[in-house]
Amino acid sequence: MTTSPFFRQPNDMLPERAPPVAMSGIIGWLRANLFSGWLNTGLTLLALYALWLIIPGLLNWAFFDADFAGTDRFACTGTGACWAWFDQRIDQFLYGFYPDEQTWRVNLALFLILPALAPILFDKMPGAKQLRWFSLAFPFVATFLLIGGFGLEEVPTNKFGGFMLNVTVGLAGIVLSLPIGIVLALGRRSKMPIVRTLSVAFIEVFRGVPLITLLFVAAILLPIFLPSSFSLDLVVRVIVVVTAFASAYMAEVIRGGLQAIPRGQYEAAQALGLGYWRMMGLIILPQALKISIPGIVNTFIGLFKDTTLVIVIGLFDVLNIGRTMISNPDWLGLAVETQVFISLFFFVVCFSMSRYSVYLEQRLDTSKH
Amino acid sequence: MANSRQESGFQIRRIWSDERARSALFQILVVLGLALLVAFFVANTMANLQARGMEPGFGFLQDPAFFEINQNLIEYASTSTFGRALVVGLLNTLLVSAAGIISATVIGFLAGVFRLSNNWLVGRLIGVYVEFTRNVPVLLQIIFWWSILTGLPKVADSLSIGNSLFLNNRGVRMPAPILENGFGWVALAFLLGVFASYLVGRWARRRHMATGQPFPMLWVGLGLVVLPPLLLFVALGQPLDWDIPEKTRFNFRGGFNITPELVALWWALTTYTGAFISEIVRAGILSVSKGQSEAAHALGLRPGLTMRKIIIPQALRVIIPPLTSQYLNLTKNSSLAIAIGYQDLVSIGNTVLNQSGQAIEVVGIWMVVYLSLSLGTSAFMNWYNSHIALVER
Repeated sequence: MTTSPFFRQPNDMLPERAPPVAMSGIIGWLRANLFSGWLNTGLTLLALYALWLIIPGLLNWAFFDADFAGTDRFACTGTGACWAWFDQRIDQFLYGFYPDEQTWRVNLALFLILPALAPILFDKMPGAKQLRWFSLAFPFVATFLLIGGFGLEEVPTNKFGGFMLNVTVGLAGIVLSLPIGIVLALGRRSKMPIVRTLSVAFIEVFRGVPLITLLFVAAILLPIFLPSSFSLDLVVRVIVVVTAFASAYMAEVIRGGLQAIPRGQYEAAQALGLGYWRMMGLIILPQALKISIPGIVNTFIGLFKDTTLVIVIGLFDVLNIGRTMISNPDWLGLAVETQVFISLFFFVVCFSMSRYSVYLEQRLDTSKH
Repeated sequence: MANSRQESGFQIRRIWSDERARSALFQILVVLGLALLVAFFVANTMANLQARGMEPGFGFLQDPAFFEINQNLIEYASTSTFGRALVVGLLNTLLVSAAGIISATVIGFLAGVFRLSNNWLVGRLIGVYVEFTRNVPVLLQIIFWWSILTGLPKVADSLSIGNSLFLNNRGVRMPAPILENGFGWVALAFLLGVFASYLVGRWARRRHMATGQPFPMLWVGLGLVVLPPLLLFVALGQPLDWDIPEKTRFNFRGGFNITPELVALWWALTTYTGAFISEIVRAGILSVSKGQSEAAHALGLRPGLTMRKIIIPQALRVIIPPLTSQYLNLTKNSSLAIAIGYQDLVSIGNTVLNQSGQAIEVVGIWMVVYLSLSLGTSAFMNWYNSHIALVER
């Protein structure tokens, strides 16, 4: 008797079964991620309890029990937040004391940042080469728009305030500190002992002291150091010290970029007969700056947050506008509301920038591909 | 004639093409430029100070201050000198920085480890905390916590925890310890216990290295540190009493008060720096390659031991340098105290500056103090870092 080997026919295949309920789908996910052990279960329950305590109260305070309209705080009768000031005072929060009919200049300058930044952030964009000239010109265009002159009505810098002051000081600091930071970073890596010592001293001193003491230098000491016939506005003096402060941090970021360039690049440039400046300008710096962009963005985030420190020397940035408003009898005691609003603004700006720098870091990191 | 001109042209070109000569020339120019700049500033300063009739120098530090300081770790009265006021301020700076560094490290390590836990909800919640705190100015956070604390109920309606800790708009009132006769012996026993456990630890590590036999160091150490002082404490009849604050009609009797400024500043610095530290810790743990923990598991190490003996020692090498700069940042950020009136070095210095008019000297003192704190801390952390650094062949 011959036995033919058994093999399954296509139609007596067993039907496919779904994976066990406890291992897949929502339940499986819950078990793996929230209830995978007694410790995890406890943590999850604790977190849920905390959320249950916080979220409804927060929502009630911010929205359901809040008042949104009115001309002073007495219009707010609910138990929640009082947002009535928003409608009344938002212009002051945005522009400080900038003349109302001139605020379009601030908006235009802010809008022009987009074409100025685009060719730097997206280098494969069509027309990026031509737009770079605009990027170079942007600081001058923005200064002209904000201060005026040459036909535009002049606005003295002591009218600057609100978010506009924070953005102006932050951007001016970062733009001006870039070239100084490059020089300092090159100086720190230079072979000349005096230049190296001076660069290290500058960097360490400015990184070692708090920004607040430098702001006091701007407010009190700079007028003593300069000839009495020569006076600078407080905002300009603040930008000077903020630039010096940011340059020290920028120098360290760029030094990191320079250190990441392999020796072969320097040697190849020298073998081609390039001198120091052409080697740096054409070969080394373009590569070093590109990998430093995430660090530069992080420096900017830090600097932008630190621009709130100018309240200590009496400038009216957004924090000070908020503080002044809540000492006004009409809006007395709305501290938390204004602080929440200002934090949300800073959070949105800084968080999106930090996401961008994380994205860049991942794109530049070739080790994981 | 023509020949000599050619000669000198040749010389200059030779100097220019010689790198050493060129860099020497360049450095001389830099020094000259710097000297000119400094001379310009000094000349202006002299002229301006003379015009204002001011005398530079540190003599003013001996003058009486005539202002009150509400929190002083050393004796201070309004008749004390400016110099002493500045020392009080420096001590307040050091107090809030040290407290902040300790608590920020604890919060940062916990948040960093829990963010990596496989609990989705906890990871997300900590992510929200970290991202929100990191991206909002610390000054705003300090002012926020301060306005929450000063918005607490008045003294008469203080919130109480267990009837011994009270929260109100003047701060936190806590029981104060009263040390009675004999407490010194307990403290001495504690110190001896710490020293003994250090010696035993060294011996245990050596034996472990030589023979491979482990020693239950944690329990022995704890026993040495805790048991003798505890026994002595009971034997001496508990020489420690608590001065528990008692609510009277308008105020409190007994206990001691922590100002809302100190609490707000400390808490804001802790949560802010803690968020940064948690990111550093997370990056440090992620930087240890997965092969390391797999190898440890393959050798039969338990998860806790893997974390302690394999992951953390390697992660620390990545963590320490950025952790140092966070500690320095916290110390520098403590100067924001001036915005809420906590009397630290900058805040008191500002009062001194306004009263004495000696701006250059006061700013100079600030800078020297913060610079030495920075350089000192980074020197210590560099030493610690080289202590635990990877020893390669």
